[in-house]
Amino acid sequence: MTRYRGNPAAVRALVREDAVHRDVYLSQEIFDLEMEQLWRRTWIYVGHDSQVPNAGDYYTTDIARQPVIMLRDQDGTVRVLMNRCAHKGAKLVSAMHGHCEAGLLRCPYHGWTYRLDGSIRTIPIKAGYEGTGLGNTRSAAGVVAVRHVVNYRGFVFARVADDGPDFHEYFGDSLTSIDNMVDRAPEGRLEVAGGVLRYLHDCNWKMFVENLNDTMHPMVAHESAAGTAKKLWAGHPDSEPKPMAIEQFLPFVNGYDFFDAMGVRIYENGHSYTGVKFSIHSQYSAIGEYEQRMEHAYGPERARAILGEVRHNTVYYPSLTIKGAIQAIRVARPIAPDRTIIESWTFRLAGAPERLLERTVMYTRLINAPTSVVGHDDRHCYRAIQEGLATEGNEWVSLHRSHSPDEAEHIAGDYNGLSEVSMRGQYRAWARFMTLGMREERAS
Amino acid sequence: MKPPASAARESRLIQFVYEEARLIDEKRFDEWYELFTDDARYWMPLTRNQPDGESHTSLFYEDKLLLRVRIERLKSPRSFSQHQPSFCQHILQHPAIEGTTEADGWRLRTPFVYVESQLDTQIVLAGISWHDLVEVDGRLRIRLKKVELVNRDAALPSIQLFP
Repeated sequence: MTRYRGNPAAVRALVREDAVHRDVYLSQEIFDLEMEQLWRRTWIYVGHDSQVPNAGDYYTTDIARQPVIMLRDQDGTVRVLMNRCAHKGAKLVSAMHGHCEAGLLRCPYHGWTYRLDGSIRTIPIKAGYEGTGLGNTRSAAGVVAVRHVVNYRGFVFARVADDGPDFHEYFGDSLTSIDNMVDRAPEGRLEVAGGVLRYLHDCNWKMFVENLNDTMHPMVAHESAAGTAKKLWAGHPDSEPKPMAIEQFLPFVNGYDFFDAMGVRIYENGHSYTGVKFSIHSQYSAIGEYEQRMEHAYGPERARAILGEVRHNTVYYPSLTIKGAIQAIRVARPIAPDRTIIESWTFRLAGAPERLLERTVMYTRLINAPTSVVGHDDRHCYRAIQEGLATEGNEWVSLHRSHSPDEAEHIAGDYNGLSEVSMRGQYRAWARFMTLGMREERAS
Repeated sequence: MKPPASAARESRLIQFVYEEARLIDEKRFDEWYELFTDDARYWMPLTRNQPDGESHTSLFYEDKLLLRVRIERLKSPRSFSQHQPSFCQHILQHPAIEGTTEADGWRLRTPFVYVESQLDTQIVLAGISWHDLVEVDGRLRIRLKKVELVNRDAALPSIQLFP
């Protein structure tokens, strides 16, 4: 029996202005609908174009459980194709990164070959199809290409469904966080570098996404990790330069005042960032020569403006979260209601000293790795929610912190950092895109 | 460079690797910590043939300060991910002495299976650990322990102790 499919009113009823029903995290049916609706009708992060620098290079991933190939065509365009042979459906490529020999995709099963735009180049013993109906099928058109792909300053996003918001309408001014991250490179360009950490979580993908702008948890959940680092460093004089690891751990146990004053900015469609005024990355030591190279590239005033913007986490709902200030991103890959892979990628700022890459590599290892003492406690708490929500007696999850009735009209704007407004904004978008175009198939 | 190890020396080196794993498995982390030289690293690379831990992300790339953070955290009553404690067991293949290292020491290669459990959850990892050992004041010390997991490129769950 289905409760939510074909019943947009029931889906909407899971989201209140200041609370959500537990089914958004627990229900298999809701998860399936998320993949069909929310993750197909919105813009999902696919990869970075520096992963496919040359024509014929490819990267494989998935969008909403569908395997896709991101590749660079002969004319330099980055395309996203469904990873499915037009013949019997085999995935055409299976490596995470690779190169198409002779500029063609070739199926490993029966050798059908395709140009990099997905069109068929050759079918072995083609005469066998003469007089058959193949020409009238979708297969004759080759590999399905995702039609809605935008490469925004190297960040490649795709919308699988034909109906849904336009890219710029969807992200709006939240794109300034990507701008700032790219502008931090003296050459105005990023390159994926340092590898990808893939951390398997036994929780719903939204717990991770919500956590990114949850400023009430670091001082509690991470007390044992960052608090221990702080204790071990106590006694060293202020004048002594802190090791980079200590510098990165300490702000996690800053007090509520710090995180409240940091501020959170909310955009429409579930996007937000914390660190409007400053962030946990603001007090990092200067890296020799970097500022000079920035000033040389942009002029002193513009360089100061770029480096003065030190945002914490920006959420590009639903799939991508970025830390522009230290050129690291995390990508959510939902697998099941209680299973998610979180990928952490780092970037080199073209033209910047190598020490900046070392800093982001250290941060992502200390905070985001399957071996991270910070990650362990986050993951523990997500799993604790996943299990705790199975209890009876209260089916609602509170998102009330700093809620104001005015949000019903205008949620976009700046708020105090400890507000749970970013999550309220996410669920507002969630309810909209979960039901967008959903046909009523039963009485509500 | 040191001369090739004598039979007695060889046995001491090999015994050291077994004892090191035993200290972890028995959660005697303070004693384990003392096995490392002041400039030591405990390194678990993320990719194959990874040249270093600075310009590329690793799973572990701990100096003694970061090892200390981990060990002290495990003692904290607010290490929530350890409220049901984890336990681990190394199963080591006989360590092989692979030669001397640049730092006037010895390098040992030990294939292993590592099990980490937490109540009903158990993960099994396998790989090779490399020990670069040096002698300091007549005692063997670890300058580098490098752990190469077979599935280091997989999406891994939490690894909370020390493979």
